Amino acid sequence: MGRKLLLEKDHVENIRLYDVYRREGGYRSVEKALKTMTPDQVTDEVKKSGLRGRGGAGFPTGMKWSFIAKPEGVPRHLVCNADESEPGTFKDRYLMEFLPHLLIEGLIVSSYALGSNVTYIYIRGEYAWIVDILEQAIAEAKNNGWLGKNILGSGFDCEIYVHRGAGAYICGEETALIESLEGKRGNPRIKPPFPAVKGAWDRPTVVNNVETLAAVVPIINITGEEYAKIGVGKSTGTKLLSACGNINKPGVYEIDMTISVEEFIYNDEYCGGIANGKKLKACIPGGSSVPILPGNLLLKTVKGDTRMMNYESLSDGGFAKGSMMGSGGFIVLDEDQCVVRHTLTLARFYRHESCGQCSPCREGTGWMEKILKNIEYGKGKISDIDLLWDIQRKIEGNTICPLGDAAAWPVAAAIRHFRDEFEWHVKNPVECLNRNYGLANYAEPLQVATV
Amino acid sequence: MSLQFSENKLKKVNEIISHYPEGKQKSALLPVLHLAQEEFGNWLSADTMDYVASLLKIEPIEVYEVATFYSMYNLKPIGKYMFEVCQTGPCMLRGSDNIIDYIKDTLKINVGETTADGLFTLKTVECLGACGYAPMMQLGKTYREHLTKEKVDAIINECRQNAAMNN
Repeated sequence: MGRKLLLEKDHVENIRLYDVYRREGGYRSVEKALKTMTPDQVTDEVKKSGLRGRGGAGFPTGMKWSFIAKPEGVPRHLVCNADESEPGTFKDRYLMEFLPHLLIEGLIVSSYALGSNVTYIYIRGEYAWIVDILEQAIAEAKNNGWLGKNILGSGFDCEIYVHRGAGAYICGEETALIESLEGKRGNPRIKPPFPAVKGAWDRPTVVNNVETLAAVVPIINITGEEYAKIGVGKSTGTKLLSACGNINKPGVYEIDMTISVEEFIYNDEYCGGIANGKKLKACIPGGSSVPILPGNLLLKTVKGDTRMMNYESLSDGGFAKGSMMGSGGFIVLDEDQCVVRHTLTLARFYRHESCGQCSPCREGTGWMEKILKNIEYGKGKISDIDLLWDIQRKIEGNTICPLGDAAAWPVAAAIRHFRDEFEWHVKNPVECLNRNYGLANYAEPLQVATV
Repeated sequence: MSLQFSENKLKKVNEIISHYPEGKQKSALLPVLHLAQEEFGNWLSADTMDYVASLLKIEPIEVYEVATFYSMYNLKPIGKYMFEVCQTGPCMLRGSDNIIDYIKDTLKINVGETTADGLFTLKTVECLGACGYAPMMQLGKTYREHLTKEKVDAIINECRQNAAMNN
């Protein structure tokens, strides 16, 4: 049983309500920060904790905070990124839905550290009912003196507003999110200037993921130093994982990053094994953008070491033989699943979500979807596989924002590890149409690859 | 222009505008478009968009370019109940293809169409962040999860009953 910092209280009845949350020790971190620490001391604690951004990029949070510009007389803003849209990822939703006050508490402490008197939660439009939950939590916090003017007599003022998006994956990218907050299309901005210097309304702005900001609460409560002792190496603290696909127990789990991937998949405390007694075929361990790995490379690294659920171990082997922790969206495919069809759905997703600003992404995502559709429906040629490879390579690194990379990587990894399955589709067009893939041939989960 | 928010809704609009810095009322565009869509027939006509532009003191084109960018704004009328079924990878792995086919067969419409009685529209959407509870659909403000054929039948019945009661 790993240590829990975020979901420790999620089983407490009515923890969503202020009175219960407060009785369980909620808002202690606000008291501690505002009464006994300076804003810079709060930032220092976060730096010491080693906390890395939980939205997918894994950038050190304390460092990001220290970049914020502080020009005289210009307001600064903290914006919470709750635009959770990466396929496979639903951890922030869980946190906001069941522990809304944990997020609000983290937002107040973080706003204090950054000097943000008006803080926004940018939430994806589809999470409409969660907007109501958050607004109720904000109202309760305000009624109890945790928000508003001169909080706890500290002289610090803070308001939190929920800003509801309207359906666009790209708005999870921080500069697109800022554009959207300003009432515009979600087209990412060219950096620099970075948001920390020129963000929302040209004011210094920090954008952090929901889970990142919630993690500030335990960091302040137990100190950054103690937080850094949990986990391993540069993967400090705990991480929320959302597990889905063909497993027995899909859901949100908090891990302390010292367990193995195998344990996460097969232990009843977590995913509980592959559904319907099937075998593991492949897995995308960190949200749809990160490389898919076949079972053998997922459970062991190329060196034959046990692969662990943390930032370093998941990326061991680079893009050719490893993957990434990403957003913690853990998607499992059983032996009957078709990698071509699955990749097609992801390519369609990225084509749909491309903002259209950069031509490699706008055109490339459409071409990839069309070619994959041809292969999937028995109209593909062997040369199409090389063409796909060529297109993804020309998207990667050639766009303003990382959506281009995110669209390229799943296609690249699928071809890299499952080329035989693509070729099988081309050579067996009739079976493709009947959806009879003969896929069991590809499930070799526990063999360690030879380099 | 004949469109007009009720007094209550106008209050709400002004409250939303007050969340943003002075002179930056355009920032309220997304939330106000949601309100307008709810208020004026579940879609955004050119008249509705022009009205929102006038409320926020911005040009109509600034509203059009936003309304056409985000997937939740409907640019043509839809049925009373819209089934937005997720079809992205994680839902596909749990059988969303079968659910979409079943809804098509049951309601006798294709994706993007509305039933003749104007009750149901079927739309396929991309990942809604419910991957662990797949297959799923969005219906209004709610998510309907762990869908089976039986659950789809029950949802259709529920909508029909609601519609009958409201008539």
